[in-house]
This record gives sequence, C-alpha cells and structure tokens, in this order.
Amino acid sequence: MTLRDLLQEKKTAIVERWLEDILATYASDASSFLRRERDPFANPVSHAFRVGTRAIFENIVEGLDADTVCRHLNEIIKIRAIQDFSPSRAVSFVFLLKKAIRTELGNDIEDRQLSKELAEIDTDIDQIALFAFDIYSRCREQVYELRVNEVKRSVSALMGRFTGNDSDPESLPGPSGGNKSSGNPKPDSLPRLSDDDGLSGDSSSVRGGKK
Amino acid sequence: MTMAKFDEPGYYKHEDLLKVDYHPPRTGWMDTPVDFRPGTYIYPGKAKNLKYLDLPNPRNWAVTDEDWKLQENWKEIVLDGMAERLRRYRTFRLFMDICVRCGACADKCHFFIGGGDPKNMPVLRAELLRSIYRKDFTALGKILGKIAGARELTYDVIKEWFYYFYQCTECRRCSVFCPYGIDTAEITMMGRELLGLLGLYVNWAIEPVANCFRTGNHLGIPPHGLLDTLEFMVDDIEEATGIKVDIPMNKKGAEVLFVTPSGDYVAEPGIQTCMSYMILFNEIGLDYTWSTYASEGGNFGLFTSHEMIKRLNAKIYAEAKRLGVKWILGGECGHMWRTMHQYMNTVNGPPDFLEVPKSPFTGTVFENARSAKIVHIMEFTADLIKHGKLKLDPSRNDHIRVTFHDSCNTARGMGILEEPRYVMKSVCNNFFEMPENTIREQTFCCGGGAGLGTDENMEMRLRGGLPRGSAVKYVQEKYGVNQLAAMCAIDRATLITVCDYWAPGVKVTGISELVANAMILKGEKKRTKNLRLETIPGAEEEDTAQGNIEHLETIEGMHTTKGGSSNE
Repeated sequence: MTLRDLLQEKKTAIVERWLEDILATYASDASSFLRRERDPFANPVSHAFRVGTRAIFENIVEGLDADTVCRHLNEIIKIRAIQDFSPSRAVSFVFLLKKAIRTELGNDIEDRQLSKELAEIDTDIDQIALFAFDIYSRCREQVYELRVNEVKRSVSALMGRFTGNDSDPESLPGPSGGNKSSGNPKPDSLPRLSDDDGLSGDSSSVRGGKK
Repeated sequence: MTMAKFDEPGYYKHEDLLKVDYHPPRTGWMDTPVDFRPGTYIYPGKAKNLKYLDLPNPRNWAVTDEDWKLQENWKEIVLDGMAERLRRYRTFRLFMDICVRCGACADKCHFFIGGGDPKNMPVLRAELLRSIYRKDFTALGKILGKIAGARELTYDVIKEWFYYFYQCTECRRCSVFCPYGIDTAEITMMGRELLGLLGLYVNWAIEPVANCFRTGNHLGIPPHGLLDTLEFMVDDIEEATGIKVDIPMNKKGAEVLFVTPSGDYVAEPGIQTCMSYMILFNEIGLDYTWSTYASEGGNFGLFTSHEMIKRLNAKIYAEAKRLGVKWILGGECGHMWRTMHQYMNTVNGPPDFLEVPKSPFTGTVFENARSAKIVHIMEFTADLIKHGKLKLDPSRNDHIRVTFHDSCNTARGMGILEEPRYVMKSVCNNFFEMPENTIREQTFCCGGGAGLGTDENMEMRLRGGLPRGSAVKYVQEKYGVNQLAAMCAIDRATLITVCDYWAPGVKVTGISELVANAMILKGEKKRTKNLRLETIPGAEEEDTAQGNIEHLETIEGMHTTKGGSSNE
C-alpha cells in the first residue's frame, strides 16, 4: 500500500483533525461556535474552511494541481487575512496538515516504510504554504486598494466635473479596480519550489496535473 | 523542553516546527485588554468638531496614545452619567438587569461571525457595560465583585468600550433572537453617550454631525453647492433621457418636502439614485420641494446621543413648518427611518402641524405614517406602480440579474419588506432572493452602519461584511446575480467594497435607479444610455430620426405595466 492509498483511506479522519486544529486557532468561544454551527450562511467561516480543507487534501492525494489548490486556498486565506491574525498565524494553518497526517497515521509510516513518500507530501505542503504566502499578500494588497478606491469614489463625481475626465476608480486598469477585481489569484504567477530553492526535499517540484 | 528562538538552527528542526502551539492564550475576557491594531478602529473626533457642537473635553488625540487626555474626574463623570441614564431610560435599567446570559444572541452578530472576537458576541458586548453597572449600582456586585460578574471602572475599560461600542453597527439582528427582547443597539447607544461625556467620539460620525448642524447636511455642502450639485444631475438626466427636469428649491406651499441622505449628492451609485427621484417626481408631476436648510435625511445624531438626534432632526421639523408642506417624503435611507418613526415624536414632535400623508395620484392614505407624517420613497413608488401610474419597460433591465439587501433599519426596524421587492419585481425581470436566514428580519448588516462606514477600519468592516458577502456570492454563483440593490445610502456606499472583496463582479445599485431606467417618460428620446451614462446592452445607439420615430410609436403602443388593474 502506498502512502497515497493510506491517505485516501484515512481522508475523513485527517481532514477532520486538520479542520479541528484550524478552528482551535480561534478564541474558545468562537471556536466552539465555529465547530457547532453547520449552516453555511450562519457560519460562513467554517463552511469555507470545511470545503477548502477537504478539496486541498484531495488535491494533494491525487497530485497537486496549482490552479485548484490556489482557488480553495484563496477562499480560506481571504478570511484569515482580515481577521485578527499576524501574517504568519494567518497562513500557519497549512502546516497544521503535517501534524494532522502524522497524528492520524501514527506508526503506519514507519511500519510500512513510507517516510520517503511522506517527504514528498511534506514538499507539497511546503509548496502550498508558499502559495498561501502569495495569496495572503494579495488579499492584503486588495484591502489597501479597497481603501483607496473608497476615497477616490467619494470625490470621483466632483473631480469629474472639474476635470472632465472619468475619475471613476472602477474604470482604472488592473486586476482589482473596484468591482472588476477578480478576487482569485492566478497560479501561473505564483512561485514553484524547485531544486534551486534548496527547500525541496527531493527532486520533485510541483507535480502538475492529476495522477 | 524550551523551544529554540527563531535565530537558532533548532528553531527550524522539523519535529520542533510541529510543536508550535497555535492556540490563542486563554485569559478571561475581563483580563484581556484591547489591542488597537490598525484597520480595526476608527480615528477619534477632532477638537474642532467637538467645539462646534459644544461637546465636553475637545482636544486632538490618537487612539494609540497611552494618554487619551481625559478629564481628571473622568470616573466620576462616567458613573454620574450612568446613574442619570439609568433614571432617565427605563429600557437601559431593564436591559442591565434582565439578561440571563442564555447565549441566544451570541452567534448572531456579523462581527462575531466574520471575526471570531468573543467580545463581539452581543451578550459580551453588553457585559462590558453591565459589569460596571453591577459593581457600582447593585448590592451583589458591590459585595461579591468578580464572582457576581462585576468589575472596577478603569482606564482600560474606557478603551475597551471605545473599541467595541464602535464595532457595533446598531443593526439589532441580535435582538431578533433575544427571548427577552433586549435591544443591544440601545446598550451600544448608552455606551457611546457615556464615552461622549469624556469627549470620546469617532470623527467619521462627529464631523458629519458638526457639518449637518452648520450647513444642513453631513457632507457640509452649502446651499449654493447643493443647488449646483443638483443642476449637474439635471444635465446628466437630460443626456440619458432627453428630459430636462426642474429643481424646486425652498418652495413655500409645496405639498411635499423631500429629504434624502446627502450620500445621494456626491458619489455613485447615490448620484444615480438621486437623479432617479428627480425623474420620478418630474414624470408624475409631484408638487414637492428640496430644502437647503434641511438637506439631510440621515441623522448621525442617532450614532452619537439622544440630544444630538434632537438637534439635527429639528431642522427637518422646522423646515417642514416654515415651508408649510403637508407631509414629508424620504429618499432611500435606512437609519432616517428609525430616527423619524421611533424618535422624532418624542424628541421633536409629534409633527401635528402636518397632515396624514396621502398620495395625490392614487388617493392612498399612508396609515402607517399617521403619526410621523413621513413616507419612504419605496412605499410611495410601490403605491404608484400598484395603481398603474408609471409606464414601465422592465426589459431595459434585462441585462441585470438583481438581488436585494434588506437594510437593517428599514427591514428589521420598520418592517418595510414587501414594497421594495414589489418595486424591483415590477421593473426587473430577473430578481433573485438570497438565502432565507440572511434576508428580511434576519438580514445581515453591511458592516458599515452606525458611524462605522469609514476607510480606516477596513479590516473590521470586511469582517462584518463577510456574512452578507457570502450570501451575495452564493446567489452570484447559483443564479448569475450581477447587481445588489439596497435602499440605504450607507449600504450603497459600503456594500461596493464588501462585494469587491467577498463577491467580486457584483455591482451595487439603488432601487430607484432600476425604476428610472425602466420608466418610459413622456417625450423621452430613445434610451440608449442608462443613468450611469453607460450604453444599455441591446440598445445600441441609433442616431437617426427614424430611430426616434419608431421609438415613439413603440411607446404609444405600450400599456402600463403590472398592477395597472387596481387603478379604480
């Protein structure tokens, strides 16, 4: 049995533990609410986490696809980016997956001699952490852009009268000009781990596409 | 084993990395002081604004300062102020006493849902005040102290109040779920009044108050500036429709005084909403007037103190009397509704010199406004449509797939739930509701009401806007919704940002704008542009005379739309 088969088999337990650990990063009153309430609209935060963590884990098991992973990461990080977390704590949830995998697999890794495969999975998780860093930065940039756009909007009509120009901030070029922002990062522009980084444990960089 | 520091190699050891404790520190709420992190708090009220309003302790200070330059006897001032308010407002004493901490409200606040800060649970936000009340106003609290949930009033408590009472949008969603009917908005209002005694205000609320007191509106637009602004809109209306509308200003003896929030004067999409009122009134021939003195429908006094509600509202009251109008019509505003219907009668009125509002076009008597004599534009418009008084072509809005955000004050506060929906369904063919537990009485706040709609607390607003944003995103993905309609000026300004972050691609509109774009006006040119002067999809420019003739023929042949049969 390969590690991936094992991960597939224990998917529910691992993902649930991962989610549980993420929710535990909130104050106790909040964390009990986040665990309890299942309605996606009454509790959009843990709904996004629940959907996102499962999808990211499935993607790791099936072979990392940057596009899919970033889409789901984005849904989680855009929430944590505006909550009361320092940047490192906001993206730390990615590493909690390593802990969840080890806890749930226990001795199976050594018993079945799966350490090498586990190192590959770890590299994938490190890669995801780098994606997370980029997405976090982009979310923060967007927050500042939204501030600027609000100020511009408040004077846009007035300035337009004087200058005769269209000073509507939403008409500005760029990915996040007012209502035209895409909200989703483009994985093409995100970094990939390679041997040159000296960070990857073996020769595997991102394994693009499905297994 | 102690953890290695980040500049030691051991810190990066694989197994140690996994030992990081991600759990937040566990201290009791009373022992957790406020962390003023940029992006979460609002800048303080400037001295000049406090001076203008004769408010206590005017000085310039910063939230991050250690010393907030309070009066020497600040503690006495707060406790005396609390005692006075406990005597004056029975609800305040009741709300301090009757909460059993059942927790029904705990997870209903948008700031708690989106941010996870326990002190944003309404029950705990109220405890911030209640704990002081217990300590100084109840025997049990005096004797047992912390065991009875009581605590000393300290400098940190004041800072905590400032942080959290300006993190409540007074939306009252929590009160819907309280079995005792405790209105946390009123607790927040009391908290803010007490802070006000120490000269602690947020500038985003107190500057508009000062402006309104001086010039008649929150933005400080002087009389001639207001006229100029409306004249610009007249030009745009003409460009879009070919119709030149009048601006009746300070007209004595008009039947109706029209007041609208000043947010409608300056920024999109408020401007288009404002243009739409003018188009509607011109088309039906309403005998109305604007006022340069009462040029503000909103009332930021509501976010400041009861006295301030009275001082600002007095202008509308006095102007209605001076101009000799019969009744007042209000534009698309949220908190104006709460102020006019729930406070005006006791603070300034009742306005007995006015008549019970009656539509001159349909004969409908607005019984719900029998006391306050003010009608909401949506009630007025819905009645016109119901009686077939407007010619409408909803297909002009076919490129719009719209959903509706119930504004807290009009929906939860005043029960105006059906009128806006009826209007939107009459002027748009594609209307979609958001999920049940996010609309009507349970509507989620925009996160920017009650004086919070500024930019420096953007992070906090985005937390508060998350529940609303999630619901918008849901209908965007499920039904292809591309516009969010709202009938409140604060909503129209702040939801743009909420959508940009949480549901990118969804634009924000006023309801009246949808109406005016669908209205077939007498003598209009072929409508190829909407009120934002954008080309209407499917209505490409036809500059030929033939095009206009064909258009007129089409209008001749059209019947009045929905609801026309009830024009008996």
